[in-house]
Amino acid sequence: MSENPRRSKNPVKTLMRTLGYVIKGYPIACIAVLICLVMSSVATAVGTMFTKTLISEYIQPMLDGTLAQDVGFAALASAILNVAIFYLIGVLCNLSNEQIMVRVSQGTLKKVRDSLFEHMEKLPLSYLDSHGRGDIMSVYTNDTDTLRQLISQCIPVIISSTSTLVSSFVSMMILSVPLTLVALVTVTAAVFTMRALSKRSATFFRRRQKDLGAVNSFIEEAVAGQRVIKVFCHEDKIKEEFDKKNGTLYDSTRFANGFANLIMPIMGNLSYLNYVIVAVVGGTLAINGAAGFEIAMLVPFLQFTRSFNMPISHISQQINSIITALAGSERIFALLDEPVEEDDGYVTLVNAKENADGSITECEERTGLWAWKHPHSADGSVTYTRLRGDIVLEDVDFGYLPGKTVLHDINIYARPGQKIAFVGATGAGKTTITNLINRFYEIQDGKIRYDGINIKKIKKADLRRSLGMVLQDTHLFSGSVADNIRYGKLDATDEEVYAAAKLAGADYFISHLPKGYDTEITGDGANLSQGQRQLIAIARAAIADPPVLILDEATSSIDTRTEAIVQRGMDSLMEGRTVFVIAHRLSTVQNSSVIMVLADGRIIERGSHSELLEEKGVYYTLYTGSK
Amino acid sequence: MIRKLAKFIGEYKKISILSPIFMALEAILEIMIPYLMASIIDDGIKVGDKAHIIQTGLLMILMAILSLGCGAAGAICACKASAGFEKNVRSAIMDKIQKFTFSNIDKFSSASLVTRMTTDTANVQMAYQMIIRVCFRAPIMLLAALVMSFISNWRMAFIFVGAIIVLGGALAVIVSKSFPKFEYVFERYDDVNEKVQENLTGIRVVKAYVREEHENNKFKKASNFLYRKFVEAESIAVLDSPVMSFTMYTCMILIFWFGASLIVKSGGVDMQVGQLTSFMSYTMNIMFNLMMISFIFVMLTIAKTSAERIVEVLDEEPDMQSPENAVTEVRDGEIVFDHVNFSYSKNPDNLNLEDINIRIPSGYTVGVIGGTGSGKSSFVQLIPRLYDVTDGSVSVGGVDVREYDITTLRNKVSMVLQKNVLFSGTVKSNLLWGNENATDEQIRQACRSAQIDTFIEGLPDGYDSEVEQGGTNFSGGQKQRLCIARALLKEPKVLILDDSTSAVDTKTDAAIREAFRQYIPDVTKIIIAQRISSVSDADMIIVLDEGRIVDYGNNDELLERCAIYREVYESQKKGADFDE
Repeated sequence: MSENPRRSKNPVKTLMRTLGYVIKGYPIACIAVLICLVMSSVATAVGTMFTKTLISEYIQPMLDGTLAQDVGFAALASAILNVAIFYLIGVLCNLSNEQIMVRVSQGTLKKVRDSLFEHMEKLPLSYLDSHGRGDIMSVYTNDTDTLRQLISQCIPVIISSTSTLVSSFVSMMILSVPLTLVALVTVTAAVFTMRALSKRSATFFRRRQKDLGAVNSFIEEAVAGQRVIKVFCHEDKIKEEFDKKNGTLYDSTRFANGFANLIMPIMGNLSYLNYVIVAVVGGTLAINGAAGFEIAMLVPFLQFTRSFNMPISHISQQINSIITALAGSERIFALLDEPVEEDDGYVTLVNAKENADGSITECEERTGLWAWKHPHSADGSVTYTRLRGDIVLEDVDFGYLPGKTVLHDINIYARPGQKIAFVGATGAGKTTITNLINRFYEIQDGKIRYDGINIKKIKKADLRRSLGMVLQDTHLFSGSVADNIRYGKLDATDEEVYAAAKLAGADYFISHLPKGYDTEITGDGANLSQGQRQLIAIARAAIADPPVLILDEATSSIDTRTEAIVQRGMDSLMEGRTVFVIAHRLSTVQNSSVIMVLADGRIIERGSHSELLEEKGVYYTLYTGSK
Repeated sequence: MIRKLAKFIGEYKKISILSPIFMALEAILEIMIPYLMASIIDDGIKVGDKAHIIQTGLLMILMAILSLGCGAAGAICACKASAGFEKNVRSAIMDKIQKFTFSNIDKFSSASLVTRMTTDTANVQMAYQMIIRVCFRAPIMLLAALVMSFISNWRMAFIFVGAIIVLGGALAVIVSKSFPKFEYVFERYDDVNEKVQENLTGIRVVKAYVREEHENNKFKKASNFLYRKFVEAESIAVLDSPVMSFTMYTCMILIFWFGASLIVKSGGVDMQVGQLTSFMSYTMNIMFNLMMISFIFVMLTIAKTSAERIVEVLDEEPDMQSPENAVTEVRDGEIVFDHVNFSYSKNPDNLNLEDINIRIPSGYTVGVIGGTGSGKSSFVQLIPRLYDVTDGSVSVGGVDVREYDITTLRNKVSMVLQKNVLFSGTVKSNLLWGNENATDEQIRQACRSAQIDTFIEGLPDGYDSEVEQGGTNFSGGQKQRLCIARALLKEPKVLILDDSTSAVDTKTDAAIREAFRQYIPDVTKIIIAQRISSVSDADMIIVLDEGRIVDYGNNDELLERCAIYREVYESQKKGADFDE
């Protein structure tokens, strides 16, 4: 989503936030992991340090004869037992550390996924419409994957490498300060070599990432357009172009991987150099009888110089993955930081019953009668307004982008039970108007009232509950056919589901499906025809039984015969409700109470079918087909 | 399968062999070094021989440099070889896809083809790099360390034999227990992603029905399940680390004890202090390389699935080829279907087209109508031989389509597909697909006929305007018209429009047909449409239903005698479309 998706813009902040996520979620586990990691490197260090004791206090004295063998071995046995206890603690720490880490990293990922999803559900449509689905999907897949890498691999490796580094360093200092300084010189050299190498390799990695992106999008395009390529006999051209891109990728891959793989042999062998230098210096001093330089000290010290370089190369190997992972978590956080849909509404929809005097009071049980509960902050009183389905738009202006108004001066009065039709060219603003009524988008100017209440005062959830929608593109969810119909009313009984399907005219085809109402729907209903999907969507709206309906029908891809069936379903659904219908075919429009003709975001004609015909305006031309 | 893929090593065979040789050399050198280290201590420092320390030290540095050289050379060779291998595999898949026919394409979804060329090839590349770098190195290292420890002290070396058996066995158990669980988890992973996908596409429905909570609960259930299964699989897999440290520590303890007693009991003859360090180094080497081997095993198993998926594409045989002595000249646009049966699945009991007999004279304008699934697209796709008939024959210009050179045929039978696409580049580069030598005037003329010239010329960059991937910066109707222009540039003898003006308004649609009449009168034009107005003025209208030709004739004839045509006509004749 950013211009360079592989680079994190603010790595430190992102890292801190990621760590915060982990630590806040699992404070005790994190402390336990830290302790375990330190303990296991201490255990290793203790073991290596023991070689000094082993040589100076047992082997040498026994060889010299200053320590009797039977006494010596008995003491040695108990000393080794001590080390073994340390080792055992080390193993146990390692075991629990790994087990805790699995739960921490997977748990954090689960939390990230859940909050991403929860947040996504709350995002305004303006965000979701303007951002590619592929981009959002890749936050869930690629970016959470790199985050997993970061939490379960990079961070533990860095912690354990650092503690190994520290424990080795401390042990070396204990053994001999001057030799440690000698060792540090070569280690510093190693670190610098490493940095130079990493920098080069990072450059190549970025280039490779770019070339890979080019090849991947070429592949996607070529595969998606394969049939067109065939029809135009363009196969050789495509192949040629692909080979060129593929060749470039080969070059950058070769260099990027080559550099990355050089790190290990270089670091490994530099540690031998370190070893030799320390051995020569230490050995010379020992031979010359310098104080404290004895073989029992040199043996473990040399061992430590070896284990000193290892963590450095481990850390450097993690750097590339950390950079990638941070770019990923940055995208995750960016999505989580997107502002959610605003909802300042306080008017709610409640079950109500009518009293003898005609007034309305709230009640618990479902009565079939609904009312708007309107608390007034001024005097603390509450009024109830019966839900009728009266919708008024007054002087509404709207634009998707500030300064670019696409709807001008829209005035619509829809009385309960009326049918309002919108006709007009693609892009005239028909769908946009319906998006304003349910507050998918917010109007810029003017007012929309529902039963006399400004819809801005109504809680969005309640507003939408009072509006049914059948949308242009039908979307179904995985689950059974019955589940999908029940989507309109989650607690609907089977009978209600069947009744809704019958009303929509969907009952016939559903009962002919292999498993009837239990047929599983997969991949957005790919196993059903367009018309069948639309019928299920109509049934879904029917079961919700809202007083106001918005029908944004799309029939351009449905053949005429299927359309006739869908139309029948629509007709029975519309009975007795306030309906906004976006019409495509004339038959739907004719018997509307009012027809609005839209052009360029304005209502240019309005009236009933016969009135508009008399007017002999745009509607007349469209209807008669005369040009 | 391995043999099939091995073919693609190709020109990288030499370095593919060199790499493991370098790696093996590196391994042997690296294993020699601890031996020298012991010698520095035992024969140098302990006995006070400074010259020996420096000599051995220099030898060690020399070996380290050699080992560095070998390691670096091995790494570079391996990377080059594996990148080259990947390049060849990817290129081979692309080559294969280019040779695919429509029926081959039907077998693979485009998403799966993309995955095969990206993720799967990357997995195979990783595996190949592993094979040539580590597959030899790790066992050699293991073996060499074992041999060296036997040379140093055969009694102590038995500790390692035991360790290898214990750790090797444990790792094998861990891998075999956890791997199937991981496979299962990755399948479930798709479920979670599907839920997200579903909510992204259906977000309007979710919001309209206020089902955010409901969806959250559904998602949480799926993600919770995924979490549990992941933990189940991973908690087994991560056992390898404690098992390894346990084995390593046990080795250390044993080395301490037996090492000390060997040194003391033999008075420093059978074993020396310095050798203790070399044994410690070998412990590390052996354990680490055992881990590597188990890791390779996992990698290879993952790569195996990927390799299978790649080979599946490579094994798919294109089921159509140009014949020998192919006809390379198309006489005219006459089309004859003679007792044609056609089935996508090549199953005579499940025909998509049945007994089609029709003759379309050259230069005719033909409309094809019928409901969804009536076989309209199948019918026209047989003409440029995108599919082969199951029975009977289709001929163009008096010659059976199977006798033509395929390129010749498809250049002369130009088709605008239902699902048409533009490619990234410019408007012009897309149009040139039709004819790469087209002059600017020819391009303009084609665009004029397709009623898109005014639009393009109104763009800031005109014909050089950028087209984004998938043509997303153009509307549906604009794309359709560009595709028509592209098809016209081929100067075909037959032009087929498969529902290619559905997003174009009625007026423009009519203008396009008028342009066809005026500029390309001799070309046979076949138009599939939902809109009756798009076909009603055709010379001949073919009505298809359930894979059969119900009737054909002109508008008036059909209105008189064909019930289906009449039904469609009646429902649409009342006025034009509002969506204009």
